[in-house]
Amino acid sequence: MKYLQLVWASLARKKTRTLLTAGSILIAFLMFGLLSALEKAFTAGVDIAGVDRLVTIHKVSLIQLLPRAYYNRIRAIEGVREVTHATWFGGYYKEPKNFIPTFPVDAETYLKIYPEYEMPPEQRTAFMEDRTGAAIGHVLADRYGWQVGDRVPIRSEIFRQADGSDTWEVTVRAIYRPKDDQGDPTAFMMHYDFFNESLPDGARDTAGWYVIQVEDPDRSAEVAQAIDDRFANSAAETKTSTEKAFAAGFAKQVGDIGAIVTAIVTAVFFTMLLVTANTMGQSVRERTNELAVLKTLGFTNTSVTVLVLLEALAITLVGGVIGLGLAWFIIFAGGDALRQFLPVFYLPWQDIAAGGALMLAFGLIAGALPAGQALRLRIADALRRGG
Amino acid sequence: MSESLVQVRGLTKIYKRGSERLTVLDNLDLDVARGDFVALMGPSGSGKTTLLNLIGGIDRPDSGSVQVGDRSIDQLSDRALAHWRSAHVGFVFQMFNLLPVLSAERNVELPLLLTGMSGSERRRRARTALSLVGLEDRASHKPAQLSGGQEQRVGIARAIVTDPELLLCDEPTGDLDRKSGDEILELLVALNESQGKTIIMVTHDPHAAERAKRTVHLDKGRLSMEAAA
Repeated sequence: MKYLQLVWASLARKKTRTLLTAGSILIAFLMFGLLSALEKAFTAGVDIAGVDRLVTIHKVSLIQLLPRAYYNRIRAIEGVREVTHATWFGGYYKEPKNFIPTFPVDAETYLKIYPEYEMPPEQRTAFMEDRTGAAIGHVLADRYGWQVGDRVPIRSEIFRQADGSDTWEVTVRAIYRPKDDQGDPTAFMMHYDFFNESLPDGARDTAGWYVIQVEDPDRSAEVAQAIDDRFANSAAETKTSTEKAFAAGFAKQVGDIGAIVTAIVTAVFFTMLLVTANTMGQSVRERTNELAVLKTLGFTNTSVTVLVLLEALAITLVGGVIGLGLAWFIIFAGGDALRQFLPVFYLPWQDIAAGGALMLAFGLIAGALPAGQALRLRIADALRRGG
Repeated sequence: MSESLVQVRGLTKIYKRGSERLTVLDNLDLDVARGDFVALMGPSGSGKTTLLNLIGGIDRPDSGSVQVGDRSIDQLSDRALAHWRSAHVGFVFQMFNLLPVLSAERNVELPLLLTGMSGSERRRRARTALSLVGLEDRASHKPAQLSGGQEQRVGIARAIVTDPELLLCDEPTGDLDRKSGDEILELLVALNESQGKTIIMVTHDPHAAERAKRTVHLDKGRLSMEAAA
């Protein structure tokens, strides 16, 4: 602790340079925090995917619909415990810019397979009993101020009712909260039957995808193969994968976010590392005489080296903590606006811990070269050069 | 005069620059008694500062020995030498060599950071050292806010704050005007006479050397003349 005054005094020697260096590191860790949250947003589905769940989609693409009649046929396959289905509705509220991830679902089986969508029992019952009812995420409810009992006209960019209308009037019956905040808190679930019956003839009785809960997760691959074999050579062949693989594939449709984030962060960090190491090196070169004086007074090579390393760590920690803190604040304060597009948008504690470890590594690496200079400094030579 | 505090025997220091070998000190012997005040004089390049550095343990000889008190300091490891310096030697530099970002008091406190003293004890001792050099009212001033003479007084306070027996001064008045230089010399004489500090002072200035108890002349790395004041 008693050396801290020396560390701060050295950093205060050239305030502007110290501030600019810490500012660069701040930006690097701000980016790290925001990009980590972004990566989380795109890969959240992968993380929360159930190990015992499979997803069956049309073999051509997710956009192609599957016959509803597949439900019973999948249900009959050995190893399947439960089946449900959902459909992408392309929903919005009033205007297309108010996008809402809306799904007509078979509510009873859907909530059985997804127990993480938690809601008060009385609301759950109300939702089940009202075929025009909807269960919505708490973030979505907060965004539009919707409460249980509110009538909401939800519009579709994809489907039309038999009378040509694109609007389905539903009543909010339940507001769910994903367990442990792991899941989409912005989804809008409505009853499939209500949706299906309103469609024109010829457009009914289809589903976007099926979700299958298997008896034994170890037999997932076997069950998935059995499902696809069951519909092979049919008009609507299927492609079944684990929910995790399905979510990962969905995320990859917008690029390999993890690789992009890693590439950007690495480039930024490497640049910052060079800048900081250069600044620290310059600072040590300018203070050669002072470091020699410290050694003359009895500071050992080790203690002078540690002082220089502490300087590098102090700059890195100040910049890094503020940068990561700022990222957390931006995500926290601006998160609601962003959650309209990225339902799961937060800075995971694992990434905060990784950021802390990066700060330490960054400071030590940046300080290593100048610390080496300080270690090798010969007093008599340095004093002679310094006059 | 009592027994020797510093015993230098057969001291040789050679600087190598490429293939060139420059003998700065050549088999030099020197004794400095406890409580003595020695002025080291000689032309530029005669080896004065090198000798001072070797006695202070901030450089190492190529051959010969340096004994200070009961320690052969040329035998100590770098780490042991650093600890020895912090406890037994005070250094006063021509250019003062204060840390510009620290106050006078913090500068004086620096050598005490290496001890196990509490913060309050360190500050108390630093204040005492500053009062000994007549600068207790400048404790919070940064070096840039002090005159050259005052800066050197702070440098001396820093040198004596650990109460070392030996003070090594490298042209302590070389960067000062005559009046300030005289005040510094007065201070060194007082430290020698009233505090019993043994002082070895490198100087070019005969006027400064007159204040020492004896003067040793070096030329080309050898003692050329010795005179009592």
